Amino acid sequence: MPQQDQGVCACARTAGAAAPAPVDARRRGILKIVLGSSLGVGLALLGAIGGLWSAALARFMMPNVTTEPNRRFRVGFARDYPLGRVETKFKDRFGVWIVHQTYRGQAQIYALRTVCTHLGCITIWQESEQKFKCPCHGSGFHRDGTNFEGPAPRPLERYAIRIADDGQLEVDRSRVFQRELGQWDDPASFVRG
Amino acid sequence: MHPESHALLATTAWWLGWFYAAVAALNAGAAVWAARRHAWLRAAAWSAWGAGLAAAAWFSLAGHPPQLPEPFKQACDDLLGPVTFTAGALGLLAVGYVLRRWLVVPAVAWLLLNVSLVWLGLSLSDAHFAAIVARPDNVPIVAMVYLLGFFTWAGTYQAVENDRRLARGQGPVEADYRDEVLVWPDVIYLELIGAILATVVLIVWSLLLRAPLEQPANPAVTPNPAKAPWYFLGLQELLVYFPPWLAGVILPALMILGLMAIPYLDFNPRGNGYYTIAQRRFAYLTFQFGFLGLWVLLILIGTFLRGPNWSFFGFYEAHDAQKMADMTNVSLAELFWVTALGRELPQVTASHGMLVELGQIAWREAPGLAALGLYYVALPWLLARTLLQGLAAKLGRTRYGVLTLLLLTMLALPLKMILVWTVHLSYVVNIPEYFFYF
Ligand code: FES
Repeated sequence: MPQQDQGVCACARTAGAAAPAPVDARRRGILKIVLGSSLGVGLALLGAIGGLWSAALARFMMPNVTTEPNRRFRVGFARDYPLGRVETKFKDRFGVWIVHQTYRGQAQIYALRTVCTHLGCITIWQESEQKFKCPCHGSGFHRDGTNFEGPAPRPLERYAIRIADDGQLEVDRSRVFQRELGQWDDPASFVRG
Repeated sequence: MHPESHALLATTAWWLGWFYAAVAALNAGAAVWAARRHAWLRAAAWSAWGAGLAAAAWFSLAGHPPQLPEPFKQACDDLLGPVTFTAGALGLLAVGYVLRRWLVVPAVAWLLLNVSLVWLGLSLSDAHFAAIVARPDNVPIVAMVYLLGFFTWAGTYQAVENDRRLARGQGPVEADYRDEVLVWPDVIYLELIGAILATVVLIVWSLLLRAPLEQPANPAVTPNPAKAPWYFLGLQELLVYFPPWLAGVILPALMILGLMAIPYLDFNPRGNGYYTIAQRRFAYLTFQFGFLGLWVLLILIGTFLRGPNWSFFGFYEAHDAQKMADMTNVSLAELFWVTALGRELPQVTASHGMLVELGQIAWREAPGLAALGLYYVALPWLLARTLLQGLAAKLGRTRYGVLTLLLLTMLALPLKMILVWTVHLSYVVNIPEYFFYF
């Protein structure tokens, strides 16, 4: 190192007096600063560590194990759901209520999403009062999903439901239907009961 | 009485005994203090009262704390609803303001403190009350209520004293402060003692009260009721009445911006460096309404009076998840078109293009839009010409506009809350087609 330093200094000192320093020597000086100096090494290390960190962070964002249930799942046969039934057993795993209920004069089986349309808490089915009730700000929903009390501004949402090849009901959570957008008229949002 | 409430009573009785004993000791101290000033009547009154409290302490420690009569509790619960609580608390604040000269008399304040402490003690013997108020997470809020009461009283005391002097043409008390103290050692010593005391309190507190732990989080289950940390309960309570973007974003932002705007809106030079109410009536009332009347009151409602399903419960009521308080919401449009005019809600059809749809929506929501316009535009305009003429002239158009916007928004909170409780109004402007609610 000391020798090289001397070399750089020497050409700088002579530059003013005699002929300009050879281009080659100057280039080498810059290269030395970038690659050879401790500053360059430090910066390179910093960049490398930063890159590794970012990569590790990105990896950390991906879960090792996904417990997400399938987007499509079967919930049994339509005959398991007598008129007026609100089935709660799929709530914990899939986040749906399966309801058999007359809607606009037609008996329908549909899958209501359990998420409150106010701020996204999970609603609770209250058998004694026959309503879905949200524990966060007190929104209440009728059996058909209509919001009737509290701050929730719109009805609960429906998931797509259909009769699969084996005759069972199949819920598809990748499609939602919102009543205020008129999507509950879509035949994919219910099965005739 | 249920067996569990017996068990609860047995554990609370011990606490209550020491609580009464502490209040009795305080009164003994007050009696001694009065006696040294030769106020014999007061000394006698406080010692008699203290003796009564000592008896209560004795009975509590023996396992029989004095109780409130059941009919009284029942009547309290029946009377206490969201409307009576809010209106009552705001009314009490107003009464306190009017009677402040009388309230700051130490004997009166002492009496009120005693009444509230005894009420707290008597109520704590009720299992339902104790289950909420003595919960480890709620204890600091009880302490906060007393601290706030004390500081409000102390500030008012000095302000009333100054107002009296100013009315006589004297300067405020603070103008006479001539004695200066050194940072080192005087202030540093005080701070050191304060730090030690705070540490002691924290250690004792954490030893005596268990931190509430709950089950592991489960995304499929929301606890019932799901309560925010206590300092956010006011905002959570607002979310019951206002749409999320308003209660969660706009209103908090307005609070911060409004506080930041104070130096630009308030250029009353008086009251600088001394306590006064008479010279800053407007600022004082606005602050008390906004802080005690809105922020603190909403926290209290959220903490003590909200239970499962976010229903409203009285002080002595069991927090029963089955309590039914059905309120079928109506929007202002429904109230206007259906209830008042007896007509159908105007139809909105999406099939004729967006412009037609927007027109139809505007027609349906006309009552709400008109109400908002009246409230936020016509009312300030009218006030500037009548009641607030002087203020409007002094402030100029922009500042007057900002001031009225902030004040009317503050006032809108209790107004909307009362409308929700009484006529079950959902939203003034309700446009689910475009996810817009107001
Ligand atoms: S999240 Fe359900 S009422 Fe607010």
